[in-house]
Amino acid sequence: MEVDPLVWELTIFVLAIFVGYYVVWSVTPALHTPLMSITNAISSVIVVGALIAVGPEDFSAAKVFGFAAMVLAAVNIFGGFVVTHRILGMFKKKAK
Amino acid sequence: MSANLTALAYLAAAILFILALRGLSSPESARRGNVFGITGMLIAVGTTIISPDITSYAWILGALVIGGAVGTGIALKIHMTAMPQLVAAFHSLVGMAAVLVAAAAMDSPASYGITDAEGHIHLASRIEMALGAIIGAITFSGSVVAFTKLQGLVSGNPVTFLGQHLLNLVLAVATVALIVMFVRDPQITYFWTFIALALVLGVLVIIPIGGADMPVVISMLNSYSGWAAAGIGFTLQNSALIVTGALVGSSGAILSYIMVKAMNRSFISVILGGFGGDTATSAATKTDRPVKAGSAEDAAFILKNAASVIIVPGYGMAVAQAQHALAEMAEKLKATGVRVRYGIHPVAGRMPGHMNVLLAEANVPYEEVAELEEINSDFSNTDVAFVIGANDVTNPAARDDPASPIYGMPVLDVDKARTVLFVKRSLSPGYAGIDNDLFYGDTTMMLFADAKKMVQDIASELG
Repeated sequence: MEVDPLVWELTIFVLAIFVGYYVVWSVTPALHTPLMSITNAISSVIVVGALIAVGPEDFSAAKVFGFAAMVLAAVNIFGGFVVTHRILGMFKKKAK
Repeated sequence: MSANLTALAYLAAAILFILALRGLSSPESARRGNVFGITGMLIAVGTTIISPDITSYAWILGALVIGGAVGTGIALKIHMTAMPQLVAAFHSLVGMAAVLVAAAAMDSPASYGITDAEGHIHLASRIEMALGAIIGAITFSGSVVAFTKLQGLVSGNPVTFLGQHLLNLVLAVATVALIVMFVRDPQITYFWTFIALALVLGVLVIIPIGGADMPVVISMLNSYSGWAAAGIGFTLQNSALIVTGALVGSSGAILSYIMVKAMNRSFISVILGGFGGDTATSAATKTDRPVKAGSAEDAAFILKNAASVIIVPGYGMAVAQAQHALAEMAEKLKATGVRVRYGIHPVAGRMPGHMNVLLAEANVPYEEVAELEEINSDFSNTDVAFVIGANDVTNPAARDDPASPIYGMPVLDVDKARTVLFVKRSLSPGYAGIDNDLFYGDTTMMLFADAKKMVQDIASELG
């Protein structure tokens, strides 16, 4: 008897929701804006799906879709991490 | 790299993403968190690029250069007041990317390894792809609407029409029916039809929601973008994407919950919409009660003689771009020995944490900025509460008047301070369209002016 890979994926998914739940509640409310910008950046790891479509030599509709997805994801990845870096750089301690 | 090694690399990326969010528990660890996030992304992308399926690199490089340049350029230039729009725009991109990846998988299922021996797409993959693509499409069009509202391209007022909810219901049922048809027989026409329906649905879901509920909308779309990514992650059987989708999905859901609680609203009432535009339209009960108005000179005198001041900023401060002038005024007060702090209501801006970022941008040290629960009990032993650009979040009616529409919403108890200085253009009500008793209080002095001009004038009076 073999367990369907889908069940393993579902296991990972549900456990990750729990991890997310506890981790996000520990985020200080002052940093909720950078939380959103960094989640934007990391959710663009969807770019791995685009890479599979762009990767092959042969031209296909999939390659065009993949290219478009990759451009959008790249905007998000670079934009998300850079703007998060900028915001976090603004949060300063009291000057001694 | 073997398939096992690849899977382990994705696990490493997923862990780094968790640590990236964990870092945000304090400003000191947050910058390191961002570095973890970037590292995780490099590992995930690098692992995929070196896999044997990827043999052509020109398009990849092109996409990275174009997207990277655009993203970096925008991120470096964007004003912090415009962060809500930027985040909405970014959400739309995640949504569209999910749709496009699903479209690519439809076109070339074999390269995604989701076909059986006869070349048919697996049943599970059909469901995952359909869900990921539909949530992605709703995220895309919904975020575009949110963006246009926040950017002021369209009015922030709720758009409602007769039969709206019925129409949404019909569209939702039709979408579900198409998913079922698609799962039984994965035709490309079904695919594009449910994408089209989902795009329309995304618009219809967001247009009835007013400007004041934007913090909830942005958080909800944040959550959707995560679930869309997770759906695609299942299709790709990629643990990094599944984990990230789950993290982002729950993050957005928690933020939505926090925002809804802070407004004492329910998800249902926000989603049904119709509440809170840019300008209050309801006829607030206009009263002729006397109001004490003061000048910048009066305000400066009161502030200078105070021992402690709590500044309560709201969205109006962001609109007037007054945060830098405000920080300057606070610096002058601190120089004369006044204790200055800031009290932030969770929904003070157009997105979660917006006020904190604006104050940080104006070089206000974060130790001086407190959240509602931390600071609310301190108003009773504070000399001056200085309200700038906020209104409903200070309204004592939310606490005292069960008949008030905002009754039960947590508010900052500024009325308990010995003196309230209230910077406002006029006596017009806030987004909830209700009068604020605070304007007429014995201890309140209204400072009628543009927020930025007023704090500049006070600062120059302080010398």
